[in-house]
Amino acid sequence: MKLVGFFLLLAGWVIVLAALAVIGSGVPLAAFVLSGTGVEILGLVLVIRAHMVRHGDVG
Amino acid sequence: MPAAALPEASTILCIFLIFLVPFAIAGLALINTGLGRSHSAAHTMLASLCIFAVAFGVYFICGFAWQGYIGMPAHTLMVSGKPWNWLGAQPFFLRGVELGGSTNSLAACLQMLSVAVAALIPLGAGIDRWRLSAICASTALLAGWTYPLFAHWVWGGGWLAQLGVNYGLGHGFVDAGGAGSIQVLGGLTALSIAWILGPRKGKFSQEGMPNAIPGHNAVLVLLGCLLALMGWLGLNSAGALLFAGGTPGGTVLIAINTILAAASAGLAAALITRSQFGRPDVSLTANGWVSGLVASSAVCAFVAPAAAVLIGLVGGALTTLSVEWFEMRTGVDDPGGAISVHGVSGLWGLLAVALFAHVPAGFLNVAGGPQGQGYGESGQWLAQIVGIATLLGFVFPLTYGLNRALDLICRHRVAPEGERQGLDLYELGAGAYPEFVTHTDEFTQR
Repeated sequence: MKLVGFFLLLAGWVIVLAALAVIGSGVPLAAFVLSGTGVEILGLVLVIRAHMVRHGDVG
Repeated sequence: MPAAALPEASTILCIFLIFLVPFAIAGLALINTGLGRSHSAAHTMLASLCIFAVAFGVYFICGFAWQGYIGMPAHTLMVSGKPWNWLGAQPFFLRGVELGGSTNSLAACLQMLSVAVAALIPLGAGIDRWRLSAICASTALLAGWTYPLFAHWVWGGGWLAQLGVNYGLGHGFVDAGGAGSIQVLGGLTALSIAWILGPRKGKFSQEGMPNAIPGHNAVLVLLGCLLALMGWLGLNSAGALLFAGGTPGGTVLIAINTILAAASAGLAAALITRSQFGRPDVSLTANGWVSGLVASSAVCAFVAPAAAVLIGLVGGALTTLSVEWFEMRTGVDDPGGAISVHGVSGLWGLLAVALFAHVPAGFLNVAGGPQGQGYGESGQWLAQIVGIATLLGFVFPLTYGLNRALDLICRHRVAPEGERQGLDLYELGAGAYPEFVTHTDEFTQR
């Protein structure tokens, strides 16, 4: 789950970069940038949840 | 096109402000030490000194070469006909900088101190269990690669700064004082370190409930807050002069906004903890104070004082709630509150630029653009979102991956015996308070 989370973080960023490179300006750019950021947030949630499973192992 | 030279008055003021920045380093070191246990106090202070030395040295060798400054040579990619400046191309050892008060040399000097501030942040999350050699190695990675790369994109005329010129997104990504480049970058590294290290022994019960491990010296923590304020005055003001076209007169507004944000954030944290626990909590109030400084960093040059108060209030409240959330809900052991104070509050500061800032029309943080042309506010929020997305989507996986790989070569966490003894005795051979006596008779109730 952790690897998938980090993959989504990177994938979201790539979507943002691709939107800048391909779309360039206007409402579609904003929509794709926000979508990419949404994918990143999903990835962040997965990474956090993955570490919660391990929580208590060391403590 | 090289960056324009600062007027003499700005240069003198800038040098003075840069000399204030070490107070931020001292403040953070004291806060981290005070929030840790007494049996690791000397270790935390020595680690802070080592972080300063390693960060300064590594950044001198290669960091500034890769970061560069506006108008200095850089590697550029052409993407859909637009230049994307992605990495500085200076010679190592500052050989491309004229060290005689030029704008480049002032930027190099400020950045050598700023990178130490960024590198000190993860220590707050690793107190009491992070080995000194691993701390130094992790600092070298941050100062030599992670920090210069992102800082180039923001302050070196890189592709984030170019968002305004290339895509009409406001003035490009705006972060005059380093809320993203210094604070969020440090906060995300702190989260990586906290995950890699795991919680301190005894922090969580088998059921996952957190146990309180209070800091050993509240006086050090609060003194650190006051020193940090002085340091932040330097960071924010010098950053605005060098990276945001600020003027000497403009530093008055920056100073007022910085202090207002810190004060309101500290008060917000004190009020929230008082309503939660019946009394204000010292460590959370201190965290709130610093979070106000952090939140002010990106925006303090471009907002009215009333907005700075609001930014501070939200920053303080966010930090207080975030510290509790990370500990209670996610099982992250962050003794210094570094993730919330620097990461969460820094992200809020970057968003606040989009919500409250009125950046001067002629402001341009890249070289070669149409100087003096008015840039509108439209699209500024999108530029800030792109910057935040880069921090979360690129910098976070990068810093986590680098530190994870480092853990395979040089283990981050101290052996269980070292944690039981305390890092002072285990790694340094002597404690911070050798004359402390554990009293039993006179303090025992008869």
